[in-house]
Amino acid sequence: MTRHHALKDNEDTTPQVTEEKLRLLRNKIHYLMGLYPSYQGALLPSLYAAQEIFGYISPEAIGEVSNITGVSAAQIKGVACFYAMYKTKPMGRHIIQLCTNVACMIEGAEDLVAYLGEKYGLTPGGTTQDGRFSLVIMECIGACGTAPSMILDSDSYDNLTKDRLDTLLESYK
Amino acid sequence: MENIILKKTGSSGTIAIESYIAQGGYKGMERAVGDMTPRDIIDEIKSSGLRGRGGAGFPTGMKWQFASLDPKFPRYLVCNADEGEPGTFKDRPILEHNPHLLIEGMIISAYALQSSIGYIYLRGEYPHAKRVLETAIEEALARGYLGNDILSKHFRFNLTVHFGAGAYICGEETALIESLEGRRGQPRLKPPFPVNSGLWGKPTIVNNVETLANIPWIVSNGAKAYASIGVKECPGPKLFSVSGKVNKPGVYELPMGITLREIIYDHCGGIKGGRPLKGVIPGGISTPILSPESLDCPMDFVHLPKHGSMLGSGAVMVFDDTVCIVKVYERAMRFFEHESCGKCTPCREGTAWMRAILSRIEQGKCSENDLETLQDVAENIAGKTFCPLGDGAANVLLAAMKIYRDEFEYHIKNKRCKVNAA
Repeated sequence: MTRHHALKDNEDTTPQVTEEKLRLLRNKIHYLMGLYPSYQGALLPSLYAAQEIFGYISPEAIGEVSNITGVSAAQIKGVACFYAMYKTKPMGRHIIQLCTNVACMIEGAEDLVAYLGEKYGLTPGGTTQDGRFSLVIMECIGACGTAPSMILDSDSYDNLTKDRLDTLLESYK
Repeated sequence: MENIILKKTGSSGTIAIESYIAQGGYKGMERAVGDMTPRDIIDEIKSSGLRGRGGAGFPTGMKWQFASLDPKFPRYLVCNADEGEPGTFKDRPILEHNPHLLIEGMIISAYALQSSIGYIYLRGEYPHAKRVLETAIEEALARGYLGNDILSKHFRFNLTVHFGAGAYICGEETALIESLEGRRGQPRLKPPFPVNSGLWGKPTIVNNVETLANIPWIVSNGAKAYASIGVKECPGPKLFSVSGKVNKPGVYELPMGITLREIIYDHCGGIKGGRPLKGVIPGGISTPILSPESLDCPMDFVHLPKHGSMLGSGAVMVFDDTVCIVKVYERAMRFFEHESCGKCTPCREGTAWMRAILSRIEQGKCSENDLETLQDVAENIAGKTFCPLGDGAANVLLAAMKIYRDEFEYHIKNKRCKVNAA
């Protein structure tokens, strides 16, 4: 596998905002608002919807969520920043969420972080140059009995080793 | 002991509603909604002695009674499936392999509390559980177990999975409520307690996944049978999630009051490689560490405090002599620093300060009085924070510094790790 380099500052990976995507988001938010007694109650799932549609919580998405729910954009940004799983900047195509908390740490998670840096040029919070992977360090993912563990996009993988990591990453193009 | 909560979980177990029903599922719900009054159920749960399994151990029946006495409607039922405590993965088998047990428990609870709206606040790190739960809810709706006229008894209950977004503090019930209302998950001042003023100011019961998973069995088999399991003060089975240096880590359903020695050596196959045990965290990272001298302490809400710790979520983390305690607590403090919600100063600033000192000690860049400063900072956080996060961070460090003081001192004096030097 070739070595990748970190994303350069001037490279734009912002997903395109289209009317179709905005319409999708609007429909989803209107559905979610029916599940809560207040419009603001639908805020967290609406932000997930925005992330799923745009790849991250873009300024356009915040504007759209604000228009529909009536919650101010400033408040929405405040909420989005508070939670670790919302991405407020563009990310790679696949997100590696690797746990380094105590149970994973004592089973070698920090070696895996170092390995991702050496082999893929992937540092915590960074993205590979080809935009394929982003790395997020997690604070426990509830897989302590099968440590070290990670979530790759929405799939969980346990008992990681460097070899297993290589094999898994190979299958995410 | 017969498994109650982990009964028949597994690949061909009880994920689909047909399998769950074929194995006797939803019988408790049919009995409760068909033959019992809400008052009967609350009395049964009170008699069973069930205590909340999220960590605090508050009597469940009493909590329900407080909510049922409040005349305000609607009442909300919330399942706390946030499970963010490092070391804890006990609820995961229920959420991923036995979702109908949780749903049945919630329907019975909602009937007892006369609640028509329920939420499962699920941690964002469990995407698979979200898919499983949403499918299970659809199945229960199709069978008429959820919806607007359950079992044609004019009982209405609808359930929504609310996906958390990665904030440990949202496991605290008032922070969870704030988060469900669409805000930053920061704790609220108590009183008023959520049972009287919770979600949108209405009576709200927040119960842990494991607590709710006990309900169908109690209703089906009676409080007396349930109270005969475990110990008198803390009856019932308990899920223990065991991780670290044991041969067979995993989730075990065992009677409350079992000793740490039995868990580690009888059920988990002892320490990896037969190495000596160095210490055990009995209930997740925010419960104080115990030395091997406490191995015979019964694991329950009453006995562990006498040994200076807590049952917490029942997350047993085992360390052998190859583990550096300073490194463990440096990493743990990084967690507390990251997860502090920022609402109150002693926690927000104190966890960062303690982490900075621990990092210095761990990296061998410390000064001689760092240990004294660390002790001073921790003592000034303990008991002075708005919610238990800062308190927990300070107390677990103080316990570790007391039991493993020589290891901290070795780090400071020699600028390197005692474990690696050995």
